[in-house]
Amino acid sequence: MNNEGVDQSKRQFLTTALTVVGAVGTGYLAVPFLSQMQPSVKTMAAGAPVEVDISKMETGQLLRVAWRGKPVWVLNRTPEVLATLKTLDPELRDPQSLESLQPENSKNPVRSIKPEIFVAVGLCTHLGCSPTFRPEVSPPDLGDKWKGGFFCPCHGSWFDLAGRVYSGVPAPTNLEIPPYRYVTDTLIIVGEPAEGERA
Amino acid sequence: MKPSRLNACGEWVLDRFPLASLWKDHMTHYYAPKNFNFWYFFGSLALLVLVNQFLTGILLTMNYKPDAKLAFDSVEYIMRDVSWGWLVRYMHSTGASAFFIVVYLHMFRGIMYGSFKQPRELIWIFGMLIFVALMAEAFMGYLLPWGQMSYWGAQVIISLFSAIPVIGDDLSLWIRGDYVVSDATLNRFFAFHVIAVPLVLVMLVFMHIVALHEVGSNNPDGIDIKKVKDKDGVPLDGIPFHPYYTVKDIAGVGVFLIFFATIIFYMPEMGGYFLEHANFIPADPMKTPEHIAPLWYFTPFYAILRAIPDKFAGVIGMGGAIVVLFLLPWLDRNPVRSIRYRGGIYKKALALFVISFIALGYLGTQPATPVMTNVARVFTAIYFGFFLLMPIYTRWEKTKPVPERVTAELSLEEQFPAFIEAFEEITEVAPEPVDDGQHHAFRSTFFSRRPNPEGIRNVTTRLAKKLKESLD
Repeated sequence: MNNEGVDQSKRQFLTTALTVVGAVGTGYLAVPFLSQMQPSVKTMAAGAPVEVDISKMETGQLLRVAWRGKPVWVLNRTPEVLATLKTLDPELRDPQSLESLQPENSKNPVRSIKPEIFVAVGLCTHLGCSPTFRPEVSPPDLGDKWKGGFFCPCHGSWFDLAGRVYSGVPAPTNLEIPPYRYVTDTLIIVGEPAEGERA
Repeated sequence: MKPSRLNACGEWVLDRFPLASLWKDHMTHYYAPKNFNFWYFFGSLALLVLVNQFLTGILLTMNYKPDAKLAFDSVEYIMRDVSWGWLVRYMHSTGASAFFIVVYLHMFRGIMYGSFKQPRELIWIFGMLIFVALMAEAFMGYLLPWGQMSYWGAQVIISLFSAIPVIGDDLSLWIRGDYVVSDATLNRFFAFHVIAVPLVLVMLVFMHIVALHEVGSNNPDGIDIKKVKDKDGVPLDGIPFHPYYTVKDIAGVGVFLIFFATIIFYMPEMGGYFLEHANFIPADPMKTPEHIAPLWYFTPFYAILRAIPDKFAGVIGMGGAIVVLFLLPWLDRNPVRSIRYRGGIYKKALALFVISFIALGYLGTQPATPVMTNVARVFTAIYFGFFLLMPIYTRWEKTKPVPERVTAELSLEEQFPAFIEAFEEITEVAPEPVDDGQHHAFRSTFFSRRPNPEGIRNVTTRLAKKLKESLD
């Protein structure tokens, strides 16, 4: 290439300027392209609260309802279960739920507003499988240490019947408790925070 | 002679497109080493399976509906009501597994004969990128039937990204396009599976082959055939790719198709390994199947993920198991390429690696009991040990002298006498039964022979000695 009579510094300036303008333009275009894959407005609006009627629940029974496409469990715990929960602390990773997700009014050892009624998002905090409800004590496949709880079939995480994770399993935190409130004594709304709570 | 119209047409094209020189450079005058063995079929077989996936995939798209409400039924519709739909679907699903079988063997060939070493590092990198793209393609394709395994498999794998600190949760939300795996996820996975990843795959395959043809193929002796050339500059140990290897590969294709067709027609689900049983149940976001496992080709990495009792470390371990493969050309410090001339320590390490890879693959299909998890931990340690200790043990290696020219292997035909001899040694002629005048000639040959315990012992000892020698 014949470079005679060429102003090299001007050429360099133009090249640099074009590169910068091109990079900025690409950056601007990347925003709509990448945002396209974010949840749409419709998806974000779809998280309507759900009502759960607990008047007909027997003790020990588990109800599954869908909220935002996720399984939500409502469990009516027996007095024996509540007694067992108090003895488990040494085996748990986060017994006081300090690192786990829950509304303030569920940040207690039994992780619920009313001790017997337990509400939780039924997805393992490890990789999002839905754990199996195993209320029986010391079944043959889980061994003597099992005091009743939720067992994740995917990667073997253990949770007690307050959704608290055992130590030495892959799941890092306790099961998530969704915001919920009591409309009456026997009607729960999942997805709406109780009065005085933040959403 | 006056040129015919056809010739004129041909000339017109050749003046405008370098078809003749492309054909010459990459087929008739591309010299490949003459000592390619069984292991060298898998590259061309991978291309064949890629074409199979494209053709059957295009046909499936014509009847499949990427909609959470319609997807499962549309797959059943293809299976039951579309003419030959079942065949095309099974060719596609079996093709996916066949792709991984062929690619794993192709990669093992590369490790065994040192095909990743200088000057072929970039071929290896492109190949690894193909492997990663293939895993993405297979994973996203598996969501499309919208069965239970599709759904929960995707849920688990996308959740892996949420383990990344700080950006993890937003990233997995962005990948899903929803708070859970849903219609939005299905639709975008369809777009990736059908358009984006196949385009990337084709480009990578193109670069893989361009890079290969630039430096030339390696061979089972791991020596450079370009060092010894005749007066025309043709490697003495090279033969033109076409017709020699095109024809040889057709024989390989024939054998491959026998296995491929047998699976398609007689065992398309392969006992739950190629198509999992739980995937014949429509996706249910409320309930995880009792036992979830990925398809067999992901199980070694899945077993590593489960073996590590920490979410983030598990994800790092799983990703690291793939990343170390990329680094192979720089981890192996021994200049000798082929396993044939390498030291015993490397042969033993490679054997251990193969055992642990297969064992992890098995463990990944099994439920995570405490015993199984501990076994998986041992094999995970061996897996990483093979790679990470490589810079150390490949320096200690006592290698054998590498020949100047490629060596010839005995053909199957030439090995027949040895086989017959061994057969005669491990059997003895049974005492002649009372002659009833019938079947005499028949009985006196093959069927009159009975196992000979001493012969079996001798042959086994010799085999064991030979095996031990070959590992030194």
